Formats: sequence, structure tokens, C-alpha cells
Amino acid sequence: MSTDPAETTSAAGSHSVRSLITPALGKAVRAVARLHGGGSALPGRIVEGFDPHFMARTLGQLPLGVMMVSGTNGKTTTTRMIAKTLENLGLKVFTNPTGSNFTRGVVSSLIPLVDTHGHLDADIAVLELDEAYAVHFVREVKPRYAVLLNVMRDQLDRFGEIDTTAGLLAHVAAATTGTLVLNREDRRIAALAEKSRAHTIQYFGLEANLRSSFPSDDDLHSQKTDSAAHSEGYRNLPADVTLSGVHDHSADFIVGRQNYSTEVKVSGVYNLFNAAAALSVVRAVINDPLTQSTHPQLTATTTEELLKALSTVTPAFGRGENIDVNGTDVELVLVKNPAGFRLALASFDARTADTMIAINDEYADGRDMSWLWDVDFSSLRASGVAQVSGVRSWDMALRLGYDDVAVGSVEPDLAAALDAFVRLNPGVHKRIYCTYTAMLGIRKHLAELTQVKDVGV
Amino acid sequence: MTQQTAHEGREGRRIDVVSLYPNDMNIYGDSGNVLTLTKRIECYGYEPVLHSYNQGDPWPDNVDIILGGGGQDSGQKKIQDDLHARADTLRDLADRGTPMLVVCGLYQLFGKYFETLDGYRIPGIGIFDAITVGRKQRLIGNIVEDSSDFGAIIGYENHSGQTFLRGGTQPLAEVSRGEGNNLDDSTEGARMNNVIGTYLHGSLLPKNPDIADFLIHRATELRYGAFEPVVTKEQGSELAMLDRFSNSARKVARARPR
Ligand SMILES: [Zn+2]
Repeated sequence: MSTDPAETTSAAGSHSVRSLITPALGKAVRAVARLHGGGSALPGRIVEGFDPHFMARTLGQLPLGVMMVSGTNGKTTTTRMIAKTLENLGLKVFTNPTGSNFTRGVVSSLIPLVDTHGHLDADIAVLELDEAYAVHFVREVKPRYAVLLNVMRDQLDRFGEIDTTAGLLAHVAAATTGTLVLNREDRRIAALAEKSRAHTIQYFGLEANLRSSFPSDDDLHSQKTDSAAHSEGYRNLPADVTLSGVHDHSADFIVGRQNYSTEVKVSGVYNLFNAAAALSVVRAVINDPLTQSTHPQLTATTTEELLKALSTVTPAFGRGENIDVNGTDVELVLVKNPAGFRLALASFDARTADTMIAINDEYADGRDMSWLWDVDFSSLRASGVAQVSGVRSWDMALRLGYDDVAVGSVEPDLAAALDAFVRLNPGVHKRIYCTYTAMLGIRKHLAELTQVKDVGV
Repeated sequence: MTQQTAHEGREGRRIDVVSLYPNDMNIYGDSGNVLTLTKRIECYGYEPVLHSYNQGDPWPDNVDIILGGGGQDSGQKKIQDDLHARADTLRDLADRGTPMLVVCGLYQLFGKYFETLDGYRIPGIGIFDAITVGRKQRLIGNIVEDSSDFGAIIGYENHSGQTFLRGGTQPLAEVSRGEGNNLDDSTEGARMNNVIGTYLHGSLLPKNPDIADFLIHRATELRYGAFEPVVTKEQGSELAMLDRFSNSARKVARARPR
């Protein structure tokens, strides 16, 4: 096993001059970019060009190394839960902000944090990376820990096929040195154990009674297929952490072989499954011999203390975020792909809220609308959908129409739709399912109506 | 597997719809085509009976319409043997005028063959006189095309196989925006009798209800001699609403970047 985190950089020591110049250059570029309202990736691009090993060298200094989180759904929530839990346990954590889940985004967010000697004041990096960028990343930096969540149909216009996406994650599995944490319930992820050279492989899983809440793409249209039968084999693997129960503001986990209950701030069975992934990888950090030598106080953490550290973590941007608009609770739920949308619909009770759906088709959302036809909307039949919005609102209305879900109003303009929606039934909880750019638009307009926390996206 | 719904007073108005290989050939919302078709059959006062046919299943006694979708490469390999075992049945149905819609992967396999990038030839069942060759470049994006029978067809294409029509097989449409069958000509899809092949998924039928209605017309004519809709007031307004949504969605889709 590699216990020397310096191994994670291929360029350590060979760029002493650049290690001094790059931080200054990056900061200067960043200041200029700000003045001109430039995008956050610009400094990253310039630094990458000038000093291609900046990222590897900077991350290579971290005493506990680098942790990577990847997969189709739940990266942001999981990354946030891991980072916050580790912080609550007393570590200094570097993490990339939401939405910059690509290598250049990591570089850009490192720049303001390194001091003039190129030093980054953190114990560990917890990074969310898109499947395709993860491949680039592991060429530069070998993660000590990796969490691989799932492969589902997402942005097929980019990756082509689910099996291709799994192939991308195989690179991460192969590059991880310390502990690889895999989703036992996703057969493509569980199978990545074969590609791994990690010192330890551990799984997170679901109790059998919760599995029906998690339709996989394989289960979607089939009764009992080869692939479903195939996944049964993986489901017998022993899990390090298992989600065993979901309640209103609490959840049950099996950790090791013990049953635990904890309060949680995140809601929805899907987010809580991500919490199981987070718990498992934080356990890996706690039990790592490297931690014993560098942060001995951490190794004494009990499971109760670990769960307590997790219990206060609030949802990430757009993952069940609640915003108060003049006394009405408005909840934003990001939906990016069919599996995520299905999970979101299964996670919330439609009858206790007014529902709005906003669908855009910008590049970040995916141009292809076919994914809406892979989501079953019949759970909204009883309540109907009060408001449909976004560039592709008519596609959404059409989709709902074919599922016999009543549509109140269709208004492509987000601001106009939002105004009408929040005025409807004052005091009744509002839930908005939205694609990524629709969410940005909605948050922007909400900020004009009320105080919306700046999450730096 | 057959899903049967009993409707009173609809004897002699049953329409058997076969969904081909939904377990392995069903990506990019192909199930939306099945949903659109069965719902419209119902709105016209017929009784849709859906048969999900997967490899090894018994072939349904009666077949009025066939729908087939796209799949990952792994899915295409899986259904290969079964498709060839059913080839005579499918060709016979096509010759007799049975309406079919095959999208993407099954469109390719309804041609003569598919030659993969590494030169391996997967034989098709030859309903279309068409060949497909695998190419590195994926043809992806919004697409608009014109057809003499259906007017503007609007959808989304995503394929790396390029199809070339030969002999008497006519294209479904001429592409006005997008790529279509291949990078060499402006054709998209194929027509043979009442069989339609196309690269448009996403889903095709909800936003192109004229094609759905064409399949229903042909099916009812073939089975009952004529298309005779019996539409309640409620069903009429439902169809009107769906077509209004569809018209607006078409207008937007036309103007979106590729
Ligand atoms: Zn396709």
C-alpha cells in the first residue's frame, strides 16, 4: 500500500520556480477576470497552460491525499456530505464548489486558496468530478479514496452509452490507491471491483425493503431480465454501510453489523442512500493507517460521533433546498436525467405541495428531450402539476398529457411562471422540479423576491 | 406477456400492438412511442392490447402494429438470434401491409446488414433494401425533415451507424436541418409498404402524431376494412389538448440549436 501522499504528484519538486510564480499569476488573472466579469474557468485555463502540473503538485501536498466522488447522480450531495462530515470531525477540507465538477474548475478554485509559496492549507481534498473529467483527473492525480455512485442514463449525447460511462469510471477504479467505495446495488459499479488495484474495496448498500424505491435503468422497462438477475449476485456482497430505514427527519443505517438511527437534515430516500456512501468513505479515512500517523485524534471517532457529524449536514444547492418567499416555502429539486427524476418523484409526497416543473434544453441540461419519456409521472396524477415552465415547457406538458396528469398552466418564461406559481394558494408548500439552467434562472428570479443564499455558482 | 384491458361495447375494435424487444431495445424514450400509440388508439374508440415481445417469448396470435426501438450495442447483440428466428414472420407481415415503426437500432437491423467499425457484418432481416456502416463520428442533435406523407417531421437523432438506401426502398423524408441517414445524402429513414424506419427518437410519435395516426389508420383498415373512430366528447377534447401541446412543442423544437 502506498502511504506516501507525495506519490500522488508526478511533478513534485521539479517546478520550484513555477510553484512561486503560478499562485501569483493565477491570482492576477483572477482579479482581471473579475473586473471583466469573466467566467470562473478563465484563471484555471491560463494556469493550466502556464503550469500544467499545478493541480497535481498542489493536491500532492495534502497529508490525507485526495478523495474523488463520481457517478451519474448524487455527486454534489455526496461530496457535500463527506466534506461537511469531515469538517465536523475537525479536518480542514478542500472541496470544489457545486457545478465546477471538471478539472479546470478544480484548478480555478485552488488558485485563490494557495498562498504565495503554493501551499494549500488543508488536510484532504474531496472532489466531485464528472465521469469524463474524472478520467483526465486520475491521469494527473491518483486519488487515495474514491466513491463511485452509479451509472445511469445521463446526457447520452456526450457519453453515448451507459456501458461507455462505466468504462470511464473503470479508470478511476484502476487509479485509486487506498480505499475504493462502490455502490453494491448498481451492477455496473459493483463490477468495477475487478478493475481496481486499491488496497481496500468496500461497498455501501440498501436493505432489500428499500430497493423498490430505486429503479435502475435496467429495471425500468423489464419484469425480470438477465441484467436484473445478474445484479442479484452483487447484492449478496457484504456492505460496510447499509441504509436500512427512512423516516421523516431520521434514517437508519447498519454500520459494520450494528444498527444505528440518526437525525438527518437531508430528505428523500435517494439523498439518504448517498449518506450511506459518505459514511462508508469517512469510515475509510478514520481507519486509514495514514490517519493514525497524521491525525491520531480522528482514529478514536466512534460511530455515534460519526453519525452526529453527518446529522447536521444541510442539502446541497438544489437538492431539496428550501427558500422562504413571503411566508411560502419554495423547495427546489434539481432533475438531470430519468433516473434522478424518478427518484425525486418517489422521494416526495406530491399531495402535500403544489408542483411546478421547469425544463430547459441548454447544453448543460442536455438538448435531447427523450429522457422525459423515460420518467413515469403517474405519481403526480392525483395532485396535477400547477405550473409548467422553461424553454421546453410544451414538451413537458405533452409528456404529462400522455400520462394523464392535469396541467394547470404552461408559461415558458421562468420569471412569469414563478410569479404566478408562488402566488397560488398562499402558505401551501411549493415544490419545483427543474433542470440545471432552469434552476439557475429560478434562483436568480427568487433572489429578486427574497433573500437567497449565494452558493457561488 | 400480454396486458389485457376489458372494455365493454368494444367487441371487434381490438388493436394488437407489439412492442419488439422492450427489455433490450428501448433507450432514448422509445417507450414514449408505445404510450402515444396506445393512448391514441384508445381515444379513437378502439381497444389497444399491448404485447411486449422479448426474445424467447411466444409470438402473439394477432399482430396489427409493430413498434421497435434502439438499443446499446450489447442489447443489439442479445436480440440478434431471436430476430432472425422471427424474420420470416416479420417479412410476411410487412408484405401484407402491417404498419410498423422501427427506430434507430431496429431500423438498422431491418436493413440488409450492419457493418461495424472493425469490419464485422451483422446480418439484418432485409425488409429495407438498406445497408448500415458504423462510423466513428456520432450524428447527434435536433433534426427537422420534410416528408410528402407527413409534412414536417421533428425530432432528435443520435447514432453512429450511417445508413444507405438502395433499390426500391424510399426514404421517409428529406432532411432540412440535421444529418439523417448518413453524411453523404440528405435522406432520413426508410419506407417499405407501411413499414417506417427512422433515426428519430426522442420520442418520435408524441411530437409527430400524424405518424401515429397513420399507423392506426393502416392497422384498422387492414383488420376491419376501414378506420371508423368512435370518439367521446371527453376523448375528443383530450386529443385536441394533446395536439395543441404537440403543435407548440414542435414550434419550439424547430427553433432550438442543434
Ligand atoms: Zn436512437
